[in-house]
Amino acid sequence: MRWQRVTVAIPYLWLLVFFLLPFAIILKISLADPVIAQPPFTPTFDAQGGLSVTLDNFLFLLTDKLYAITYLNSVLMALAAMLLCLLLGFPMAYGIARAAPQTRSLLLLLIVLPFWISFLLRVYAWMGLLNNYGVINNVLMWLGLIDQPIQFMYTNFAVFIGLTYSYLPFMILPLYATLERMDLDLIEAAQDLGASRTQAFWDVTWPLARAGVIAGCLLVFIPAMGEYVIPYLLGGPESMLIGRVLFDEFFVNRDWPLASSVAIVLLLLLVVPIVFMQRNEAKLEEVE
Amino acid sequence: MSEEIQKDFIRIRNVSKHFGDFVAVDNVDLAIGRGELFSILGASGCGKSTLLRMMAGFETPTAGTIEIDGVDVTALPPYERPVNMMFQSYAIFPHMNVEKNIAYGLRKDGVANSEIAKRVDDMLGLVQLGDFRKRIPDQLSGGQRQRVALARALIKEPKVLLLDEPLAALDKKLREQTQFELMNIQDQLGITFVVVTHDQEEAMTLSTRIAVMDKGRFLQVGDPKEIYEYPQSRFVADFVGTINIFEGSVTEASDKTITVNCPDVTAPIRALHDADIDVDVGQAVCIAVRPEKIFISHEQPEDDEGVRVRGVVDDFGYLGNLSLYRIRLENGRMIQVSRQNRRRSVKRFVEWEDEVWLSWRPRSAVVIVGDD
Repeated sequence: MRWQRVTVAIPYLWLLVFFLLPFAIILKISLADPVIAQPPFTPTFDAQGGLSVTLDNFLFLLTDKLYAITYLNSVLMALAAMLLCLLLGFPMAYGIARAAPQTRSLLLLLIVLPFWISFLLRVYAWMGLLNNYGVINNVLMWLGLIDQPIQFMYTNFAVFIGLTYSYLPFMILPLYATLERMDLDLIEAAQDLGASRTQAFWDVTWPLARAGVIAGCLLVFIPAMGEYVIPYLLGGPESMLIGRVLFDEFFVNRDWPLASSVAIVLLLLLVVPIVFMQRNEAKLEEVE
Repeated sequence: MSEEIQKDFIRIRNVSKHFGDFVAVDNVDLAIGRGELFSILGASGCGKSTLLRMMAGFETPTAGTIEIDGVDVTALPPYERPVNMMFQSYAIFPHMNVEKNIAYGLRKDGVANSEIAKRVDDMLGLVQLGDFRKRIPDQLSGGQRQRVALARALIKEPKVLLLDEPLAALDKKLREQTQFELMNIQDQLGITFVVVTHDQEEAMTLSTRIAVMDKGRFLQVGDPKEIYEYPQSRFVADFVGTINIFEGSVTEASDKTITVNCPDVTAPIRALHDADIDVDVGQAVCIAVRPEKIFISHEQPEDDEGVRVRGVVDDFGYLGNLSLYRIRLENGRMIQVSRQNRRRSVKRFVEWEDEVWLSWRPRSAVVIVGDD
């Protein structure tokens, strides 16, 4: 009994120390005023012990259009990367789940293999590929398809490619897990009852893979939303994504309170789709 | 079966299926009549499921053709065949309720909603699931799931219903009850049923005819009685029911009876044989006798037409309706005998190591020529 309690307590403790406490600190900073001091924000309680908080930072986010646009850009970019990951990941996961058991583990290994190399190095590798004199442009020019290098680097396109590449495994793995468990008789039963292969896919495979699709989409969307390294290295001035703004507010402008409020709003933006999907899930279960 | 019934409603012509080097189905030829309840009986891996899947359209034959009601369906995809299948796993769609599962086939055919509703109601009535129409499969028992699968496969009124081990997942009591339900439904709808099973009891009770399959080939096709009482090969004799098999060589042969000398049995065995079996003196044959055809007695039996041997009781088992005995002959050979417990008594009929006589009539013994 005691050990059981301890093991249950560990994840809660983890959440408390590494999520709730930092969150409380960020929230506290977001409600302060920036000052040139150490630390660079006003204390929550003034000298008289009175509460000294302000919503100025959040109001500023609302008044300066730049932030709204950046949030929107980030949502769109993360959505686009999520959709491409789904489009690429579904057939891959499907293929792996239907492969012979021996090849299956090899294929899964290949999906996970990139993780053995540092994330940063892999993004740098994309710089080498997308460069004006990089592999892709060279090949296209050699083939005679173009005579001027295409500007891939420092564009939204490069960020999109980078995000899709980096988060694709997070889409494939949960999809694989649900597809692999699926009873193949169900597809045959659908075909036996008059469904073509395509109809059987939409009637049976797709709805039964829904849990995997949702998990994969969340696993891609959430980190892609706050991604900082990829837009910073591959993106140009036009690809203002929220992760970069956050970084700049913290380390370039040293406006900790504003940066903290940016982070809080980002978190809220991410919580909304999760809650929505959970609601949706519960509702669907009720209907059936 | 009367003459006007279409005897080759399903016609399987020289069908083979190879998976690489492995021959799953080896040149099978079969005709199944309209309205039959036909069983394909065999151990796992004998090719029976592959044959069924070829009829359903999930596998393409390596050679041969399959015709249903005069139409060659060999190249048709599953969704264009007038055939439905009940899967061994039942394959009920877990994300649809009972009603939607059953309606699925009609939905795919674009049948009008009012018509679908009516036919789903009929089906729910037929399989007695009216109260469960809104349940999802997770909330159903094994027997109920089986009935959903049956209703879903029957609603399109297929020309042929294929059933892959339809009762294997049910427990014994339910299995017996469901057997008769299946037979009733088949009788009511007049749809041709093809059942694949490894359970010989199931095949015997359900079927109008049985094909016994081994290593991709049919060993014998016939009605249950023929298969049980007149097995044509050692495999069929052994696979269907329990049987005592004695190897020996023919010492005397006439039109109707032969006498066989079996080293295992001290007395010579006389057996009636079918006129179409050709045996010569000196030929090696097998004699097979079912346990229930052997009489067991304490005194030497009078009848001198048949076979009489002496042995001692090695072991016995009481099953309620009947008792099984293992009798040891002088040379150590064991013979299985069963005897109905007609008399209500707690007293044992025999004790261990009792000396007993075994006897059977010449007509009870099956003559098997050939090795397989």
